[in-house]
Amino acid sequence: MKTSTSNTVHHIVSALVENKPGVLARVAGLFARRGFNIYSLAVAPTNDDEFSRITIVVDAESAPLEQIVRQLDKLINVIEIEVLDNMAVERELMLVTVRVSAESRSETLAATADYNGVVLDEGGDLITVSLGGTSAALDAFTERMGDSVVAYQRTGRVALPRI
Amino acid sequence: MKTNGGAALIKSLELEGVDVIFGLPGGAILPVYDPIIDSPIRHILVRHEQGAGHMAEGYAHATGRPGVAMVTSGPAATNIVTPLADAYMDSIPLVVITGQVGTAGIGTDAFQEVDTVGITRSITKHNELVTNAEDIPRVIREAFHIATTGRPGPVLVDIPKDIVDPTNPRSAMEWYWPDSVDLRGYKPITHGDPELVKAAAELISRAQKPVLYVGGGVLKARGSEALVALAELVDIPVVTTLMARGAIPDDHPLCLGMPGMHGNYTAVTAMQQSDLLISLGARFDDRVTGKLDAFAPDAKIIHVDIDPAELGKVRRPDVGIVGDCRLVIVDLIEALRTLGAPENQPDRSAWKSTISGWQEKYPLQYEQSEAGELLKPQYVLEQLRDNTPSDCIVTSGVGQHQMWTSQYWKFNHPYTWINSGGLGTMGFSVPAAIGAKVGRPDRMVWAVDGDGCFQMTAQELVTAAAERIPVKVAILNNAYLGMVRQWQEMFYEERYSEVYLSPDLPDYKMWAEAMGCVGMRVESPEEVLPAIEKANEIDDRPVVIDFRTDAAEKVFPMVPAGKSNSDIVVGPEDK
Repeated sequence: MKTSTSNTVHHIVSALVENKPGVLARVAGLFARRGFNIYSLAVAPTNDDEFSRITIVVDAESAPLEQIVRQLDKLINVIEIEVLDNMAVERELMLVTVRVSAESRSETLAATADYNGVVLDEGGDLITVSLGGTSAALDAFTERMGDSVVAYQRTGRVALPRI
Repeated sequence: MKTNGGAALIKSLELEGVDVIFGLPGGAILPVYDPIIDSPIRHILVRHEQGAGHMAEGYAHATGRPGVAMVTSGPAATNIVTPLADAYMDSIPLVVITGQVGTAGIGTDAFQEVDTVGITRSITKHNELVTNAEDIPRVIREAFHIATTGRPGPVLVDIPKDIVDPTNPRSAMEWYWPDSVDLRGYKPITHGDPELVKAAAELISRAQKPVLYVGGGVLKARGSEALVALAELVDIPVVTTLMARGAIPDDHPLCLGMPGMHGNYTAVTAMQQSDLLISLGARFDDRVTGKLDAFAPDAKIIHVDIDPAELGKVRRPDVGIVGDCRLVIVDLIEALRTLGAPENQPDRSAWKSTISGWQEKYPLQYEQSEAGELLKPQYVLEQLRDNTPSDCIVTSGVGQHQMWTSQYWKFNHPYTWINSGGLGTMGFSVPAAIGAKVGRPDRMVWAVDGDGCFQMTAQELVTAAAERIPVKVAILNNAYLGMVRQWQEMFYEERYSEVYLSPDLPDYKMWAEAMGCVGMRVESPEEVLPAIEKANEIDDRPVVIDFRTDAAEKVFPMVPAGKSNSDIVVGPEDK
C-alpha cells in the first residue's frame, strides 16, 4: 500500500470558496461521492474574510484530474479552482513528539536544527518539536527519527502559485 | 414595506411566475401556508410528499417551467428525497421548499428535525438553509436562477419556522426584490467555442458513417427545431435516447428511434458501427453504451453538453464543446454551411442503405395472442397510440411497461414523453402525469404504468380526483415485477424470487373507484379499443384501466448487462 507522499502521484488543487456554513461538507461530500481520494486537506479563511481557501492534495490515480476539477467547479459556492502542480510554493506544518534517551537527545536536537524546527515542549524522555517544510522534508525528518517517534500530527499541504 | 418571512416567501414565488405549488403542510411550514390562502398561486394538496415532487417534475417536463413543491420538515423532507434525486439525474428544473424547525432548535434533535441540506446535498444542484428572514427573497431568486439555467436541476431551500412566523420577531423584514442574480461561483457557458464548432463541422463533413446521438439536453435547450434542421442539412440519421424521445419526430425518415439496452436493432447497431457519433446533450449512460470499452469502437466523438463535467466523464471526445445544445446546433449549422454543406458532404448512400436494410430485417416485433389468451402489452400500447391525439402526453413508471412504451409509441412532438430515466424511479408515472396535466390542461395525458409501479404512488389519484385533474391511467397488469421477472428468467435460470404480485390483489377497478376515478378492467383484445375510447371521453375525473397482460412477454431487443452492444439479442428465438 502506498502511504507516503513520495510514492504516489498527487495533485494540489487549490479552491477559493465562499466562506459559508457547509461549504467544506459540500467539497468533502463531492470527493466521497465521486470516489476521489483526498490525501490531505487544509482549510482556512483568506485575507478577504468572504472567502476561504481549500487546498486539497488528491490522489491522481483515483480519478482523472480534469474530472475532479470540473465536478468541483459545479459547486455554486466554489469561486475559482487552480491546479498547482509544479508551479506552486508549498509548505506543510508538523508537530512531532519524539522519545529521547541521554544518548539520542543531542542527535534529535541536531536533526531538528537541520530541518529548521523548534522545540515546543519537553519533559521526562519526550520532546515535541515543530517543523515547517515541504512534505518530503517532513517525511525525511520522521524517517530519520525512526522508531523514536511517539506521535505526530501534520496539517496537510498549503500552497500558493509561484510568482 | 414591512413584511415577514412567510409572506415574503409567497410573494417571491409569485414574482418568479409560479402558478402552482404541489405540496402538503405540516408543523414547521405552517406559517407559510397561511399567506397561500390569499395568493393567486394554485396549491395542489398531495397525499404523500413523494407525489408532490414527481408532480412538480411532470409539470416541469411538460411546460419547460420550473416545478415547485413545498413540504414540511423531517419525514416530509425525507419523503421528497426520491423526487430530488430523480430530478437531479434527469436534469429537471425544480424548486423544493422544505420547512425546518426553528433556528434555536436546529441541532437539538427537535421534533420532526432532520438535516435536510445534509441529506440532499449530493442530489440537488444546490441547496441552502436560510437562517435570516431578510435573505428569503434573494435566496428564492437565486434558487430559480440556478434551477433553470445551465444544466437544469433541483434546488432545495430549507426554511426554519421562526423566520416565517409573523408572531416571531425574527420573521420581521423589510420587503425588497433583487434586480438581478449575482453568483460569483456560477456562470454557465452557453455559447460553444467557435474554433471547436468549426472543428466539429469539419469532422462531420468527412464522416462516412455518422450518427447523431441525441439526449435529453436537446429537449432541455428547446432545441428540437434546430436538431431537425441540422439532421436534414447534412442528411445524418438520429437516435433519440430514452430522455430525448420526440426531439425529432419518430415519423421523420432520419429518425432511427431509441438506442440502448432495449433499443431497436438499427439504432443500437448504427451507433456501434458508426465512424462519428455526434452526441448532443447526452451523457454516454451505461444503459446506452453497454460494455463501455466495446462501445462504438471505430467512432470519433463530438460531444456537446452544457455541463463541462460530462465531457470526458465516460468517453473521451475528439471534439468536446461546452454550450447550450440549441445555440451550439445553430452555430454548427452555420459552420457547416460555411464549409459548403449540404453539397460538401461525402456520398453516404452505402451507409444509408445499410441502415435501411437493418430496419427492414429487424423491426420491433411481438406475437399477437390467440383468442382466450392474456393481452400482449405491446398490442395495448399500439391501440392506445393509434387512438389518442398525436400530441397526447404519455408518462411511464419504470420497468417493462416503460421500455415497451418508449419502443412502441410514436413520439412526433417534443415534450410528449415523460419518464424517469436516470434514477429509474418506480411509481413515477401517476404523479408525473398529474403534474403534466396541471401544466398542460389542454392536452390529453395518459399514464402508462405497471402493476408494481402503480401500487407505489396510486394514492395520488385521490389528489387528481379531488382537484379535478382528469388524467388517464393504463395499468399493464401482468401480476409481476415484470422486468425483475425477465432478468430472473433469462439470467437466474427461471428461479423467480419475490416477483409475483397477483393480478387481482388489489382489485384495481374497485381501488380506482374508491379513489374517485372511473375504473375499468380489460381482459381480451376486442375490449381494448372500446375501453380506450370510453376513457378518452371522460374529462371530469381520472380513469384507470386495468389491462390484464401476459406475464411471459419479455422486452426485446436486449443487450444483456455487461455485454457489448454488438451482442444484442433481437428476440426470444435469438440466443
